[in-house]
Parts: sequence; C-alpha cells; structure tokens
Amino acid sequence: MNSHEINGSYPTLSTEKIDVRYVAKLARLALTDDEVERFGAQLGDLLEHVDTLAKLDVSKVAATAQVVESRNVEREDTIGPCLDRETVLEGAPQRQGGFFRVPRIIAE
Amino acid sequence: MEIIERSAAQIAREVSARTTSAAEVTEAALAHVAAVDGEIGSYLTVLNDRARDVAATVDARIAAGERLPLAGVPLAVKDNMCLVGTRTTAGSKILEHWKAPYTATAVTRLLDAGCVPIGKANMDEFAMGSSCENSALGVTRNPYDLTRVPGGSSGGSAASVAAFEAAIGMGSDTGGSIREPAAFCNLVGFKPTYGRVSRYGLIAFASSLDQIGPLTRTVEDSALAYDAMGGYDPMDSTSIDRPLEPTAPSLRTDLRGLKVGIVREFATGALGGAIDAVYKQAYADLKALGAELVEVALPTAEHGLATYYLIAPAECSSNLARFDGVRYGLRVDGADVADMYEKTRAAGFGPEVKRRILIGTYALSSGYYDAYYVRAQKARTLIARDFDTAFAACDLIACPAASSPAFQFNSKSDPYSMYLMDYYTIPMSLAGLPALSVPCGWVTPPGGERPMPMGLQLCAPLFEERLLLGAAHAYEQATKHAGAHKPALTMVGGR
Repeated sequence: MNSHEINGSYPTLSTEKIDVRYVAKLARLALTDDEVERFGAQLGDLLEHVDTLAKLDVSKVAATAQVVESRNVEREDTIGPCLDRETVLEGAPQRQGGFFRVPRIIAE
Repeated sequence: MEIIERSAAQIAREVSARTTSAAEVTEAALAHVAAVDGEIGSYLTVLNDRARDVAATVDARIAAGERLPLAGVPLAVKDNMCLVGTRTTAGSKILEHWKAPYTATAVTRLLDAGCVPIGKANMDEFAMGSSCENSALGVTRNPYDLTRVPGGSSGGSAASVAAFEAAIGMGSDTGGSIREPAAFCNLVGFKPTYGRVSRYGLIAFASSLDQIGPLTRTVEDSALAYDAMGGYDPMDSTSIDRPLEPTAPSLRTDLRGLKVGIVREFATGALGGAIDAVYKQAYADLKALGAELVEVALPTAEHGLATYYLIAPAECSSNLARFDGVRYGLRVDGADVADMYEKTRAAGFGPEVKRRILIGTYALSSGYYDAYYVRAQKARTLIARDFDTAFAACDLIACPAASSPAFQFNSKSDPYSMYLMDYYTIPMSLAGLPALSVPCGWVTPPGGERPMPMGLQLCAPLFEERLLLGAAHAYEQATKHAGAHKPALTMVGGR
C-alpha cells in the first residue's frame, strides 16, 4: 500500500524529483553543480524517511506550533533602553555613515 | 584532588568560605586549558583577560559580603550564546569574526551568580549535528577517547566539562544537543521545559524547540546552574511567566513512591548485548531505589525523527534568512543584491546547514506546506498526547539517551545515520518536556580500546524539573557510575 491510497493527493517525494535549483533560489543559496547533485540525492533520501508520516491518521488532529502555553505578548509603546547605533553598525560588513551599505537594489 | 576537578558546588563553597579565591580557581582553570585544549579542542575562544577580570569582581563581591551560589565556578559558554564583546560564531564561517553587542540572559544570570567565563565552546554549526564534526571552525575530541567524537551539538561544552576545563558548560538542546553529548562525555546534561530558560541572546536554530540548559559532572551542579539561569525574561516572549521553584533543595536519595515508566517501543535488545545489559541494570537500579516500574507506550514516538526533520529545518530556514551579508557577519560581493545574498550564504554556510535550509525551504514551499509542514505539526500533537497518556500512569519516564556510546570521527558519513543518534531524545523535545541524561554505565565499543560512558535519559511532565533532578540525584548517588573511569588526559592540573 502506498501513501496515496491513504491520503489521496498527498505527494510522496520518494517518487518525485526535487528541483534543488529552484528550492535553492527560494533560499537565496548559490549551489555548485556538484552540490545540486549531492544535496538532491540526500534530500530525496531524507524525504523517503519522512514519508512514513503518511501512515499517521491526522485527519482529526490540530497542528501544534508551540507545545507549552503561549499567548501574544504586548507592551506599552514606550521607548526603553536599546543598543546604540554605533554598537550595532560595528558588526556590519559595510557601512556608510549611520547606515548599512548594500549593492544597488533599484536599477538606474 | 585539584581544585578544577571538584564540582561547581564544592568550588563555590570554598570560594565563598574564602579558603580559596575565584582568582586562584580561574588561574588553575586557564593553566589547565593552556595545557590540554590543544588536544581536546573544547574552546573556539579562550577568554583569558575577561576571566581574570570577572574573577577579581567575584572576589570583591565575596569580600563585600555577597552570597553567590556559583562563586568562582569556571564556565564554558556555547558559542551560539552572546557574551558582550566576545567573538560569537555559532561554529560558522558566516559569523567567524562577529562580536556580540550584548549578553544572553542565561549567561548574564550565571555571571550574576558568580560564574567565571573561561571560553566560548565549539559546536556543530548553528547547533545542527550530533558529533561536533559540523563545526566550520575546529575539531573537538572526546576526553575519554581522543579518537572519538564528544557528541553534539554542544560538544565543546561537554568536552570542556569532562576534561575539567570548566565545571559548568552551557548547552542548547533542540533535538538532543545537550543530552547526547552529556551521555558521550560521562556528564549530566539537562534540558529544562521549553520556555523555562530565556533564549534571549541565543542564536536561533528552531525557535519552537531550542532550549538552554547545563552540562555538569554532577546532578547537584545541574540543579544549581538551572536555578541560577532559569526564570521569566521579558526579553523572550516565549519564556514562561511562572515562578521557578528552586531544584537544588529538592534532591532526593531514594525513589520511594515514584512510578517510573519504561517505554515499550524503546526496548534495548536491538542495541547489542552490552548496551542492553547497561539499560537493564539501570532500570533494576531504579527499582532497587524504591521506584515501581510500569510499562508505558509511546506509539507515535517512532515518527519523532520524521516529524523533527520537517519542523526543525523549516524553522531553521526561516531563522537563518537573516544571514544575508547586510547587517552582520560575512559578505561576498556580487553583481547585484540578490547575487550578493546567494554568494554570501554559499560561502558562509557549511554542507549540513545548507541541507537543512533546503529541506526546510522545500517543506514550506507552495504546494508542499500542508503535505509536509502542517502534517508534521499534527504528528507533533500526537507525540505530545502520547506523553500525556504515559504520564497518567507514571511520574517519570526512563530510556536510553543515545543508542550507542561515542563513535569515531567520520564514521557517520550518511546524514540520516547521524540524525538517528537523536532517536531517543527528539520525542521529548517535540513535546517540550524536561529531560536529562545521567551516567549509567560503561561499554567498550567493538574495536575500541577504552570503556566509554552511556547515559540514562529521564523525562518528567512539563514543569516537573524538581522531581526530575531530584530523582536523577538519587540514581546518581546510589550508582556512582561517573567515577568508574577517568578521562584520557595525561596533564590534569599540570601533574
């Protein structure tokens, strides 16, 4: 029995080839050809293991994002102590005056 | 016994009584680090000057009449925790030269309690790994056999405490990163309930799972460290706002009246005769201490790894998006801003981090989100429910902390075989439960020359840290496994 029979449209990655280049693009990660091949095989292998989750009946189960009691945390909109700008900019790869400097974003 | 071989509790007592000073302890620790750390490799940065300054302050505070529960105790800080002005790398090239502009709350609290920071400890890059081999910045060896790994990801913290280079190591545990290295290095490693210790200043890996805790040579030291570092912190919106009951005064000497659950699905027969015998003996010892053993079931636990390897990478792919070459760390120039991001991340992250970012990005991407990420979150619900059911029948759960003792370098080349090291620790992490590893015996691995330590994992319901540490103390005091063998060091204390 494969997982489709239990879960309808649930896609199993063991039969589907991952488009590693596309995923890397989403993740803003440049990969070499060698990495594409190696990671592609390793991710396929991992997703085969992960496919065992298809055996679980979760149709009536709520998703858990956080296990322990949690609530939205709000506070008054007042200014408190924070790091000064000079301290923060000291860690920057490139700065200009009081700003982070980055390559041109908007084309000329 | 050299001062640095004593427990944190003993060191603090002596410094407080002024039979020794924080300065003397610190000099002894720094001299020992200088002698052995070339071999062990616990630290990425040794804080010689900082340690001496802090020690002088501790001695002045003691002289002024302050009571400090951890006076003069040498501390190893995992390198994913910020300490203002020190290099904080998370074991990654992308942060190799970054200096923390502030201090993590848990670190601040231990320093307030009198600890002296000896150094920043090596770790698997961004805490992703179970052997410390994924550090981009250094190799850490197991002090009990230098051909073996110390475990991970808190491998530097574990090795430092095992090799007497610190008395308390700070670790962070996402799926077992405190408990597994503790088991490998003959230590107590304690992961508190999720939210009990502030994550402010901890470089995030998987935010719904990450938890800071101590690695120490005794249960009492873990209790003292936890009592000092835990509690609500407004700077971490997931830290829990409820009173922290001190654990150190609740350490027990027997287990009478407690029911200990032995997990049906975690039968140890398949782990090999020697390992099986260690755990059978451990369970028998719990019974001999007065506990009633009951069988409990965790039927969804076998899906823990699959669940974890969707949720943790998903959260990591999101958390690590901040490393883009703009505000901190490495930058590699590119033709435009997108090219700069891609090249920076390609050069800055190691292979395991890239793999997890790819898995997580994939699991969160359009078309796969419900099938993978949401399904894993539902499985997480089932795993937590399993524990609820089990804890209706018992007070504590006992099981292995790891399926083998420390393994040799480069012996887990396939990523999934490394992930399997966390099989027994991941379910507790997914359920947010407090759990620890305590030394439970020794096994000489096939082909190995030295006996290596094993760890018994104990797990309690949410917020039952007092019960957990109390019971672990009873077991430790009755069995005294940790003292059976010494680390493979020739130069302890300069002898």
